[in-house]
Amino acid sequence: MTNYETHEHDVLVIGAGGAGLRAAIEASAQGMNVGLVCKSLLGKAHTVMAEGGVAAALGNVDPEDNWEVHFQDTMNGGKMMNNWRMAQLHAQEAPDRVRELQEWGAVFDRTNKGQILQRAFGGHKYKRLCHVGDRTGLEMIRTLQDQGIHRGFAVYMECSITKLIKDGDKVSGAFGYYREDGRYVLFKAKAIVLATGGVGKAFTVTSNSWEYTADGQGLAYDAGADLIDMEFVQFHPTGMVWPPGVRGILVTEGVRGEGGILRNKDGYRFMRDYLPESTKDQFSANDAESERWVNAAIAGVKTKDKRPPELSTRDNVARAIYTEVKEGRGSPHGGVFLDISYQDAARVRKKLPSMYHQFKDLADVDITAGPMEVGPTMHYIMGGIRVDADSQMSRVPGLFAAGECSGGMHGANRLGGNSLSDLIVFGRLAGLGAAEYVKKLGAAPAVPQDQVDAALAEMEEPFQRGGSGSAKNPYDVQKKLNQIMSTYVGIFRNKEDLEIGIQKLQELKEDIKNVGTKGSKTYNPGWHMCRDLKNMMIASEAIALSALSREESRGAHSRTDFEQLNPELGKFNTAVSKDADGMKLEKTPCPVMPEDLKRLFAKKETTHNG
Amino acid sequence: MAEANLKVFRGEKDSGTFENYKVPIEEGMVVLDAIHYIQQNMDPTIAVRWNCKAAKCGSCSAEVNGKPQLLCKSRMDKFEPGEEITVQPIKTFPHVKDLVADVSWNYEVNKKIVPFTPQPGHNWVVYQEDIERVQEFRKCIECFLCQNVCHVLRDHNRKDGFYGPRFMVRLAGLEMHPVDSANRLKMVKEDAGVGFCNITKCCTEVCPEDIHITDNAIIPLKERVVDEFYDPIAKFFKSVFKAK
Ligand SMILES: Cc1cc2nc3c(=O)[nH]c(=O)nc-3n(C[C@H](O)[C@H](O)[C@H](O)COP(=O)(O)OP(=O)(O)OC[C@H]3O[C@@H](n4cnc5c(N)ncnc54)[C@H](O)[C@@H]3O)c2cc1C
Ligand code: SF4
Ligand code: SF4
Ligand code: FES
Repeated sequence: MTNYETHEHDVLVIGAGGAGLRAAIEASAQGMNVGLVCKSLLGKAHTVMAEGGVAAALGNVDPEDNWEVHFQDTMNGGKMMNNWRMAQLHAQEAPDRVRELQEWGAVFDRTNKGQILQRAFGGHKYKRLCHVGDRTGLEMIRTLQDQGIHRGFAVYMECSITKLIKDGDKVSGAFGYYREDGRYVLFKAKAIVLATGGVGKAFTVTSNSWEYTADGQGLAYDAGADLIDMEFVQFHPTGMVWPPGVRGILVTEGVRGEGGILRNKDGYRFMRDYLPESTKDQFSANDAESERWVNAAIAGVKTKDKRPPELSTRDNVARAIYTEVKEGRGSPHGGVFLDISYQDAARVRKKLPSMYHQFKDLADVDITAGPMEVGPTMHYIMGGIRVDADSQMSRVPGLFAAGECSGGMHGANRLGGNSLSDLIVFGRLAGLGAAEYVKKLGAAPAVPQDQVDAALAEMEEPFQRGGSGSAKNPYDVQKKLNQIMSTYVGIFRNKEDLEIGIQKLQELKEDIKNVGTKGSKTYNPGWHMCRDLKNMMIASEAIALSALSREESRGAHSRTDFEQLNPELGKFNTAVSKDADGMKLEKTPCPVMPEDLKRLFAKKETTHNG
Repeated sequence: MAEANLKVFRGEKDSGTFENYKVPIEEGMVVLDAIHYIQQNMDPTIAVRWNCKAAKCGSCSAEVNGKPQLLCKSRMDKFEPGEEITVQPIKTFPHVKDLVADVSWNYEVNKKIVPFTPQPGHNWVVYQEDIERVQEFRKCIECFLCQNVCHVLRDHNRKDGFYGPRFMVRLAGLEMHPVDSANRLKMVKEDAGVGFCNITKCCTEVCPEDIHITDNAIIPLKERVVDEFYDPIAKFFKSVFKAK
């Protein structure tokens, strides 16, 4: 049998983005022996790409802000599907976590008074996003990385986990391989924190990188955890649409936060037409008011004017753009125009430097001189591994999850900036939860050899099938998966499409069983993709089944055959888990908010999704 | 459809050859797209590092026609039609496979640097103008292209004596942070070996983030080392006024 190396830790953290790094720092601070594993090099995780900012009610720019308003905005944005306790903890703890980043060396942009500067973002009532130009994620990950390397935990880079090992019902280890040379590795651990991020690589047009193959969701599902809210997939309204090679790459919401205007091909500013009745009063009444708001924001002064309609929530703006394009009012390459060029060029370059370079270098467009072309791109998944709000533990004892791979916090739609804050709040809580679990656990659970052998054998299979003959090329299979998800499980859904999609996914499972590869184990992406496909399939099936079962439109989930929001259905989360005959779907009651928080939501019930 | 001629280094641990590939060109295509085309349609085993495809993560560093750059930022339309485009891994670090090099040395160096140490009890009122220059250094995406071109590391392999431009940038960012209280100048002079740099500015030329590595990081660090260790008058004033 092929060999593998073995390591032992109290807590193993899988994933080194914001959530994983913060969890590892916390578990170490609790005296645990910690290991941190990541598929890429340290500092390259998705978090590095985040642009616009991290949301925290510091009230530096708008002193009226406080955690209760942030909590309200988050729940309203999530169409009340959020786990209220997570949303509460998030709003309450985000300010301390951001200040902690500053104490660890993060250099945020400043206000005139020398405090952390905050900018406006969609769905946030006040200016709330702490930022560094448009490279906030880089600042955050570098800060956590440079802290983390002095906290005494072991880091295993370019190492992919393919299986979680269990002793009875308890998690006890993880198996994987090093990308560099394909050697296998076993981690024995008393507790495991999953912080593996999202699922974007299941879609054709996405802002997500190769890492987003739903590994955490797949590993947890296989280990017996349940995945909730998987129907809620966020399409970011503004991705690049041209040239083809960059299609899907994100254009930060910060452009709209700084005053960017959306227009269709006739030059018409359409967003006001798509504002839901229930939120109209939060936005400017006309273009003149929008302009005054922008000017006040630039000058850093307070104003009574309301924000421009472009700052509606993401689900709403994405649907608006999609509809404009579909009805023939799109830009030449199938998007709409986003314009910030009416502002002072030097200021645009200062506040949005990476957007300036991204368009100049990749699309030959000078955003200080003319508009960008943008359209919706798959960006984020609200659903994920169900966890306890306070400890972040899943229903599998010893298995924790934080960050994008976990579910509950964002409900039916995530507000911009609420992910970076989610990472540091719940990363920390997961590290703490795992440490407390380990302290109570006593002896280390066993690592059954048969499970390790099976995990190893699974990884050998693609080589046995080889790279030709009846073996399928993993990249062809991925392309098919992408087509299915983008065509049948996209931004607008209906029963018929979803049923076709689910059928096609079932057929594709056969192909996945037959993917093969050739070559050596040294840095072999084709081999890696063979395994990744299984996780993407689990997430895709979970998304499609959950979407079919939710017969209403809510937040990011838009059904053309059920256009209204149904208050009754808002009382249940969709949950999927592994069953003897495949994927099982359940409707489970949402946790009920206590009365003292309910008073914050006096608003009348609505059936309009927007 | 127009085709590009790519010549890509294939092999493991330095032993390998250049292989030729013909790849259809799309508008706006970058070299990383061409490598992905090969991966998806011709040979799934071809190895390349990447994450963001938008010049934000610093994963995809390689040498294209001998010039070190990010593959995701390297546009195909800047080459003449039919021109041979040679792609090979960065040279200063040990080869792993195809376009992938082992950059772990950089992570070892980083660990030696004393992390940010805020002045105890600081009120965190910090003005934009006082952090502007630190923010320039914080733009670094750790692509290690500067490390790759610096002749001290590349030609003389003095990894034992010099941390390289990337870590001069990091050290400068810490030393110039208005709230930091640690003193790393002894390290800058000795272990980090700032004296090895003879200001050729090759690092600055390749930095995809346009960080003025030499002018804004290395030269000021050299000056601080001189003040600290060779200029007793400056040192005296410094201790009196606690200037940072
Ligand atoms: C372009 C872009 C811009 C964004 N801008 C913002 C913003 O401005 N504000 C905001 O709040 N949010 C933003 N987001 C969302 C936010 O960045 C992500 O949701 C967040 O960074 C996810 O962090 P994470 O810690 O959960 O995972 P990640 O940072 O993605 O880290 C995942 C980690 O898991 C590892 N991993 C995955 N699978 C395995 C495996 N099988 N074995 C071992 N390791 C594994 C990866 O290597 C990686 O280290 C943006 C997202 C994108 C794509
Ligand atoms: S300026 Fe100094 S650090 Fe930069 S390449 Fe030249 S010798 Fe190396
Ligand atoms: S300083 Fe510039 S060239 Fe050097 S690693 Fe950082 S971004 Fe790359
Ligand atoms: S892929 Fe991130 S810098 Fe090129």
